[in-house]
Amino acid sequence: MEVEFLTISKIHQGLLKKEFSAEELTKAYLEKIKSNEEKLGAFLEVCEDLALSQAREVDELIFQGREIPLLVGVPCAIKDNILVEGVKCTAGSKILENYVAPYDATCIKKLKKEKVVILGKTNLDEFAMGSSTEHSAFKITRNPHDLEKVAGGSSGGSAAAVGGGECCFSLGSDTGGSIRQPAAFCGVVGLKPTYGAVSRYGLIAFASSLDQIGPITKNVEDCEIVFNAIKGKDPRDSTSVELKPNSQSLNSKFQISKIRIGVPKEYFTEGIEPEVRKVIDGAIKKVEKEGAKIEEISLPHTKYALACYYIVATSEASANLARYDGIRYGMSYEISNLKSQISNLMDVYLKTRGEGFGQEVKRRIMLGTYALCAGYYEAYYLRAQKVRTLIKQDFEKNFEKVDFIFTPVSPFLPFKIGEKIDDPLKMYLSDIFTVSSNLAGLPALSLPCGKVGVLPVGVQIIGKPFSEPAIFQLGKFLEKIFGK
Amino acid sequence: MITKKEVQHVAKLARLGLSEKEIEKRQKELSVILEYIDLLKEVDVSEIKPTFHSVLIENVMREDEAKRESPQIINKLLDEAPSKEEGYVKVKEILK
Repeated sequence: MEVEFLTISKIHQGLLKKEFSAEELTKAYLEKIKSNEEKLGAFLEVCEDLALSQAREVDELIFQGREIPLLVGVPCAIKDNILVEGVKCTAGSKILENYVAPYDATCIKKLKKEKVVILGKTNLDEFAMGSSTEHSAFKITRNPHDLEKVAGGSSGGSAAAVGGGECCFSLGSDTGGSIRQPAAFCGVVGLKPTYGAVSRYGLIAFASSLDQIGPITKNVEDCEIVFNAIKGKDPRDSTSVELKPNSQSLNSKFQISKIRIGVPKEYFTEGIEPEVRKVIDGAIKKVEKEGAKIEEISLPHTKYALACYYIVATSEASANLARYDGIRYGMSYEISNLKSQISNLMDVYLKTRGEGFGQEVKRRIMLGTYALCAGYYEAYYLRAQKVRTLIKQDFEKNFEKVDFIFTPVSPFLPFKIGEKIDDPLKMYLSDIFTVSSNLAGLPALSLPCGKVGVLPVGVQIIGKPFSEPAIFQLGKFLEKIFGK
Repeated sequence: MITKKEVQHVAKLARLGLSEKEIEKRQKELSVILEYIDLLKEVDVSEIKPTFHSVLIENVMREDEAKRESPQIINKLLDEAPSKEEGYVKVKEILK
């Protein structure tokens, strides 16, 4: 069975028409993973037993003649910072190498209720900190379109698994672009939902005011189906909110001529590769030709977004990662090095954290700790949170006159493995076009819109808060145009 | 440029045991990153309120009830601890 091009609706039809059973389908994906993984490296763990037992349950339901909703039996993959009960959850870190999730994340509970099939856990930059998945403590994930290139990050495993046909869809998490950038690099669709649209319960925290879980899929329709399955208010995440049905949706009759799209001039200046720019310009022209109103807009504080983001994100991370203490769970230096002579609690902390965390994580914990230090708090953290207000206001003002904002997802094409690993600041620049939507809490879709050679380029569609239904409506229209 | 002493101080605050070589490396990297972040200093923020959360949410209240988890869950969580004794998580002595 050729699983590479299957979408959710194709799988659903196939199961309904009994063209294949859920077990056959799952086995076909597991085969694909087996033959492909050595070169791709998308998965940290494949849960064959779990997947097959879930698939057999689905076949039983079908056999009983029960009505099956769309996601039933659809094989998916989960980023390894989202808890799946009974399955290891490492966050790509040595410090959680043997940690087994004691419960399901809320989004996993919801997917299990829909009877999806979970194929395994995907690779990521350690604690989702990175833009290439090279900061994983375990392996490098390669780009399915060019194995010498990175898959992007931090959800590189989840994006490569979908792009390489090893699963139908996946979940990622996005703190500063970690769903959108790898989706763009791997030529698939990725959504960072509005902050609060999806519960973060069971997501290993990086920066709590920025983190969101979202889908990575083959097309926009699948993205919408998965988003609708995982969204919603959850008492276990008090920042989660209920989306009103069809809130912010466009009129039921979608008309491209009624859509106003803002293109911020600040995103097309320095730093963007000319080839990427050409593809994005071409995509915007196609949309204009269809009748949409394209307007140049200005987001004057764009220049400060990345610096603002790296203070806010690392400050929150330094607090969130304080929990890895070698005592309650995760790795303990003392236990894994029995011959070590550790005499006091301070050394348990220092050794465990010094050995357990990788370079990038230590770098960010230190930057965040520094920014929160007495004497620096106002100069760094508080100042960054004020600049964040200005960035948010830039969007609010512009959304009074446009419905969506279009930008490139990444300033450059997928880069060579190893190219940026030794220069943290260069790596951070990968996020320059994506961090603003996290700071402002806005939903943003990464949609493939063309290629340079074999390498995909993605356009970012940013919407108003909770405008996901409208983004999907537009996205479904656009993918037909960009496909031409 | 951040000093070596500052790096050592921050590492200790963050409970990160770093080798001498790592301290030097961090000093260089953090200096470069902080220099970039100084960009924020050119923004006039005198009249601006900070945004700690992007989506406005009123305080979310609930009853302050202690809920007892099942022994299975308690054991499962305890099993994650690297060192334990008689159903307790074992920690190094902190009081003499």
